[in-house]
Amino acid sequence: MAVARRNPLLTLGKYAAILFYLSFALFPLYWLLKISITPDQLIYTEGTALWPTDATLENFGKVIWQTDFLRFFWNSLIVSLAAAAITTVIAAGAGYAFSRFRFPGQKLVIALMLLTQMFPLLMIIAPIYKIVAMLGLLNSLSSLILVYTAFNIPFATFLMQSFFDGIPKDLEDAAMMDGCTRFQALRKVILPLTLPGLGATLGFIFTAAWSEVLFALMLIRSEDSMTFPVGMLTFVSKFSVDWGQMMAAGVLALIPSCLFFIFIQRYLVQGLTSGAVKG
Amino acid sequence: MARLDLVGIEKRFGGVEVLRDVNLSIADGEFIVLVGPSGCGKSTLLRMIAGLEDISAGEFQIDGQRMNEVPPRDRDIAMVFQSYALYPHMDVARNMGFSMEIRGAEASARASRVAAAARTLGLDKLTARLPRALSGGQRQRVAMGRAIVREPRAFLFDEPLSNLDAALRVEMRLEIARLHQRLKATMVYVTHDQVEALTLADRIVVLNGGIVQQVGTPLDLYQTPANRFVAQFIGSPTMNILGVSRTDSGVRLANGAEIALPGLSGPVAELGIRPEHLDLADPATAPLTGTADVVEHLGSDTNVYVQVDGVGPLMVRQHGHVPLRAGDRLGLVLQPGQTHAFTADGRTVRA
Ligand SMILES: Nc1ncnc2c1ncn2[C@@H]1O[C@H](COP(=O)(O)OP(=O)(O)OP(=O)(O)O)[C@@H](O)[C@H]1O
Ligand SMILES: [Mg+2]
Repeated sequence: MAVARRNPLLTLGKYAAILFYLSFALFPLYWLLKISITPDQLIYTEGTALWPTDATLENFGKVIWQTDFLRFFWNSLIVSLAAAAITTVIAAGAGYAFSRFRFPGQKLVIALMLLTQMFPLLMIIAPIYKIVAMLGLLNSLSSLILVYTAFNIPFATFLMQSFFDGIPKDLEDAAMMDGCTRFQALRKVILPLTLPGLGATLGFIFTAAWSEVLFALMLIRSEDSMTFPVGMLTFVSKFSVDWGQMMAAGVLALIPSCLFFIFIQRYLVQGLTSGAVKG
Repeated sequence: MARLDLVGIEKRFGGVEVLRDVNLSIADGEFIVLVGPSGCGKSTLLRMIAGLEDISAGEFQIDGQRMNEVPPRDRDIAMVFQSYALYPHMDVARNMGFSMEIRGAEASARASRVAAAARTLGLDKLTARLPRALSGGQRQRVAMGRAIVREPRAFLFDEPLSNLDAALRVEMRLEIARLHQRLKATMVYVTHDQVEALTLADRIVVLNGGIVQQVGTPLDLYQTPANRFVAQFIGSPTMNILGVSRTDSGVRLANGAEIALPGLSGPVAELGIRPEHLDLADPATAPLTGTADVVEHLGSDTNVYVQVDGVGPLMVRQHGHVPLRAGDRLGLVLQPGQTHAFTADGRTVRA
């Protein structure tokens, strides 16, 4: 197909718009990084200057060695990984069942799961607190794992179901004709094709749990089990806010999410099932 | 090698009856073709034989043993899917050897069987490729290879060629015919395609609305269809059907022409005549006269769509080239003994 010569102004405008959007979206991240490397004494004097006159890694050192940051970080990692793993396993099972079987009460379960997504969190935070207290789980990481898992399962299930729906049912039938039990068909044929779905779900739940504040704030009081977003608040003291260290902690907090997505990114590429059918 | 018996098989999805009282005995090594319009239950019947679909009522037996509750993997039947259903994450060799892999066969045995099958199907150079890097025809071959490698008791095919272009379809049809001659395995084959059905089948099963209309050899179905549905479904171009009224010795057409049907008893409402059983004749003396509407010159044959005076449209097929043009007047005669008489509800009336 012959393409008419593009209007250069139009092309320019397009790139300008993209550039504008990118700087708009990334500016807060830049600011985070900038303040984290600005020496303490310059933070207020240089205020809104785009570029600090001096840079230091001192804030990072202090955050890592002189505060409880590493413990918060570790707690967050445990909670987020556990919540993501448990949720994904349960959601994969439930999503597979919704996608492949018809069973009595199915519509009811789906309706209930949608229902749980309809209430603002603030409404249910008090009852949740009560339940967790009754279970004797206050101030424990397991309470957070439990709550995050429970709240993320509906969405994760629907997500996984849509991935299973995208895998032709003929593939399972073919595997069973080839001698697999249903479970073998699931493990040897369906599971490898669901890796992108599992990766996406894991990543989604991980980030959601990693940045959750509300429940973490309510259910955890002791410094020992604080997760990272709550721990950030310890940088706010009665009389001042330690911006430099707070921002340095923020930058460090980005690392796991980035690593996680770099790791699962290759599973997110589309097209794993191409070639299965006529195409 | 296996004998398959379907005894009073029924299938219901919820309240919807999809197959009713299917009785069929498939002999060891027989090639059975299931044909019928879309939605008549062909795939469902095949999947019940495979074990992928529950049997609502009746019994399915292999070599006399009840199979209703036996899972697919223990029936030792291979199936080629219309969608091919190749495992997209496995290369061609692993796709073909997967059944042996699952059954724990030795790697060397597997490799030699896969290599042999790949050679037969002309896939030897492609064994390391993933399905997505294959053409439609190659994928189809891999799907066949996957079935062959297993050396199963019976093969099931669900419209295996319907996604291929015409030339490839002819080629693969021959391939399947050769495969059947070589393996002498029992095969059940579902298709929409008349030519596939007539050329491949030992016997054809015609299904309509979940009910078996007729079972017979291709020639049986062509020459003595059990009812109007089979008469019109088998044979191409389709049989002409004319409304008639009964006389003492035969029937009278709408234009008044009388046709003798000796020995026929009972009511007759319609008369069927295949396009190849109508002959052109001198309009002055022929019982039917009309005007050529459309003429198709196929070289080997000439198809003429005729508007017959007082009767309506009829299709005529003449062998070889006939120099006719649209608008020409012509006369038609029915070849004696080639007509089919039907009652008002479509059953065949025989002499
Ligand atoms: N899982 C199902 N639930 C309900 N009805 C079904 C189901 N599967 C098939 N049917 C119905 O059963 C009937 C037969 O379907 P089937 O797939 O066997 O038709 P077919 O003869 O193979 O048609 P085609 O030639 O189009 O492939 C159809 O009317 C279909 O709507
Ligand atoms: Mg079908």
